[in-house]
Amino acid sequence: MSDVISSSFVRRDLLAERPAPVKTTGFIGLMRTRLFNSPTNILLTILGALLLWFTIVPSVKFLMVDAIWSGRDRSACLVENAGFAVGACWPYIQAKLPQLIYGFYPEAERWRVNLTLLLAAVLLLPLLVPRLPAKSLNAGLFFAAFPVVAFFLLHGGGIKGFGLSWTAGLLQLFDESILGAGQALLSLSKTSAIAPLLWVVGSLVVLLGTAIQWLIFPLTWLRDYIQGTGQPVWADFAITAAIVCLIAFVLGGGVRTGGRALASSIGTFIATAIVIKLMDLDHGGLSIVATNLWGGLLVTLVVSVTGIVTSLPIGIALALGRRSTIPLIRIFSIAFIEFWRGVPLITVLFFATYMLPLFLPGNFTVDGLVRALIGIALFTGAYQAENVRGGLAAIPRGQSEAAAALGLSWWKTTSLIVLPQALRHVIPNLVNSFISLFKDTSLVSIVALFDLLGSLRASFSDPKWSTPSTAFTGFAFAGIIYFMFCFGMSRYSLFVEHRLNAHRRN
Amino acid sequence: MSTEARKPPPQIALKIRRMLGGKAGWNGVAVQFAFAAILGWIGYEIVSNARANLENQHIAAGFGFLRNNAGFDVNQTLIPYTGSDTFLRVFVVGLLNTLVVSVVGIVFATVIGFIVALCRLSPNWLLSRVGEIYVEVIRNLPLLFQILFWYLAVLAALPNPRQSISLLGIAFLSNRGLVVPSPIGQSGLGPFLAMLALGVVASLALRFHARRALFQEGRMIRIWPYVVALLLGLPLATMLVFGLPFTFELPQLRGFNFAGGSRIIPEFVALTVALSTYTAAFIAEIVRAGILSVHKGQMEAGSSLGLSRGATLRLIVVPQAMRVIVPPLTNQYLNLTKNSSLAVAIGYPDLVSVFAGTSLSQTGQAIEIIAMTMGIYLLISLLTSAVMSVYGWRVSRSLGA
Repeated sequence: MSDVISSSFVRRDLLAERPAPVKTTGFIGLMRTRLFNSPTNILLTILGALLLWFTIVPSVKFLMVDAIWSGRDRSACLVENAGFAVGACWPYIQAKLPQLIYGFYPEAERWRVNLTLLLAAVLLLPLLVPRLPAKSLNAGLFFAAFPVVAFFLLHGGGIKGFGLSWTAGLLQLFDESILGAGQALLSLSKTSAIAPLLWVVGSLVVLLGTAIQWLIFPLTWLRDYIQGTGQPVWADFAITAAIVCLIAFVLGGGVRTGGRALASSIGTFIATAIVIKLMDLDHGGLSIVATNLWGGLLVTLVVSVTGIVTSLPIGIALALGRRSTIPLIRIFSIAFIEFWRGVPLITVLFFATYMLPLFLPGNFTVDGLVRALIGIALFTGAYQAENVRGGLAAIPRGQSEAAAALGLSWWKTTSLIVLPQALRHVIPNLVNSFISLFKDTSLVSIVALFDLLGSLRASFSDPKWSTPSTAFTGFAFAGIIYFMFCFGMSRYSLFVEHRLNAHRRN
Repeated sequence: MSTEARKPPPQIALKIRRMLGGKAGWNGVAVQFAFAAILGWIGYEIVSNARANLENQHIAAGFGFLRNNAGFDVNQTLIPYTGSDTFLRVFVVGLLNTLVVSVVGIVFATVIGFIVALCRLSPNWLLSRVGEIYVEVIRNLPLLFQILFWYLAVLAALPNPRQSISLLGIAFLSNRGLVVPSPIGQSGLGPFLAMLALGVVASLALRFHARRALFQEGRMIRIWPYVVALLLGLPLATMLVFGLPFTFELPQLRGFNFAGGSRIIPEFVALTVALSTYTAAFIAEIVRAGILSVHKGQMEAGSSLGLSRGATLRLIVVPQAMRVIVPPLTNQYLNLTKNSSLAVAIGYPDLVSVFAGTSLSQTGQAIEIIAMTMGIYLLISLLTSAVMSVYGWRVSRSLGA
């Protein structure tokens, strides 16, 4: 033991300080490790710096340093008047700003556009912040109530009836079409080779039509009676509200559990009544602004928001149809999705503009904007269907099996268990689709709608502002707007993705 | 005594029910009937309305109009075309123009996309930032915006032909388009092309032979000197014997315009630049994701086997990355082809522009023309997805083996 102790060594003086390790953090460290650590890297850094120098410096010079900030017409932006190489001609944007945002929307009515945009912002922002409560109410307001309100705000006009009248009218149209088809078959049976068969089918169809006519007779009678009274909208509204509340109460479980459904439907109807009263819809509403006067950013936002709101239900329905085991529905969904995904959007818009009017009854004209909206909704719906399908595939089978073990029906399994999880999974993909939809709205300018890009292009031809830098200025302005929207959405999708993958991080 | 396993009951009725109605059984059959009835009703409405509307507008349905004279000119044609040709020929001309702009766009988009992806993956901080800025800016601006930007702002701001920008004295860029030298075939062209084809075929055969030797007998054969000799030496030798295969006719400024050379119309230039830079941003992201998807351990395993860095990349990393890259890359190629239909906005005579645009407004045959246009695009995309599913099947088979 003593041997060990005697050989022990205790250091009595401190070691000299070693030099600090080479700094690898901060700007200096970055330069050392990632920019100038080898001859090749130095060369690449110089190359990158040159690239930036030749793009950033001229852009800043064009947008800020050499720009003209005030003036009355093109003469301010000409080289001979300014005395130097002129950059951006901002007075041109100032002069054209109303056109770029509202199009030809009447100046006195522009508060309606502003109000709609404000409403959209107020409803959308809380929906995007995950921490805020009442998501389902918020989503319902944004996806169901807001589009209706926005339509009456932007387009104007009022209503002549309510749910009952609309249902009656729709059923009547349907019935007339069935009767028409039956009559056509009967008249065809006089000349055709398979006359007896056609006659039988035609008589059956006519019989069906007549039966439906009798069935809906009380409804149509009630509608005509209501239209005869002094207050058709309110009478119709009261009857519709009573019927819908009753149905909700019964479906919600009657006296036992139906109170909640009853309360929520009554609340919805009261809110609807307030909106009708506020906007004076029963007396013709606001003055009508035809959609050919709309333009600029307004059309861009209307088209993209409508596309977003309508494409999601279409996409969900198609995705469920594609996963269904019922042969016809699956085949139809696959064909529908693959068709719209296989053709370019511009041909879809041509289809909606030139072909769709031919498919509708001759006395039935559809507004140009609505036609484009239908085309975009179908097109985007097919893309959303593939996104939703990805989410549905990501849900383990055990979820729906557990739901089936609890005795839930297919509808309840899908709407309460599978879809909420699936949709949450694919929020980033959905947002990415919305980005491409927002970018694709610029295509409506090809079918004679003046969205932001269309208005910009139209403003180039104004001789009052034609200077060499006008086009560049206009593109810079529109580019900044598009970039802000798209970049904002893509950052949001990254944020959601990060949040959804929180459990995978360590 | 052993008991034979009992055969499962045939359950024919159950199988039929499953086949007809899926999991929902007879309910499913009922749903299908209702669905078919609705589809039939919609179809009937469409047909009857279309017939009535066409009668009101005095338009004869059918494809007979394709044999009528078109009567308008197209400013870029790959096959001979005059105004007195038929609408069918207009269709072919437009389709060829679509294909040529797509192919050129795809080539440039791939090159730019790979360069940008390499920039983004580069260890150099500044260069990867430059790549990132490019991708973010390009991806967040609409394609139509970019096409119009190149066409209305950049190309329109170029000088007129007299002051055109000379690119090394052989090509000239002006607001009338790009003028490039045009090749003119000489007597040596035939033998040259034949020898080139022979060289390509021989090189492929050599590669096949070398791979077989490597995989079956473990012999490495160095083939690149022979391939170089076949691909370069053989055509050069024929050139010495038979003379030059073609000469270039250089464009020259005469008066207010260029004589000689061939002119590429500005619409083509704008469309190609916009399409290839736009798609390149997406391709860059795909390539980057593909290369990042190969685990770091693969590179380390390769170097621990004694392979050089280049060999590891070539034999281990790239083949695995390609599996991830190829399907979305094909998708982008398809997107580029579909996006080339935006040509209608600047008047490049592609399929949509000359056929669904000009021909439609001249004849009014909306249903036939739009159906044909959509059908062509649908055919292209279905063919591509068929090829891709074969590729996917092969990849999954080689992974399973």
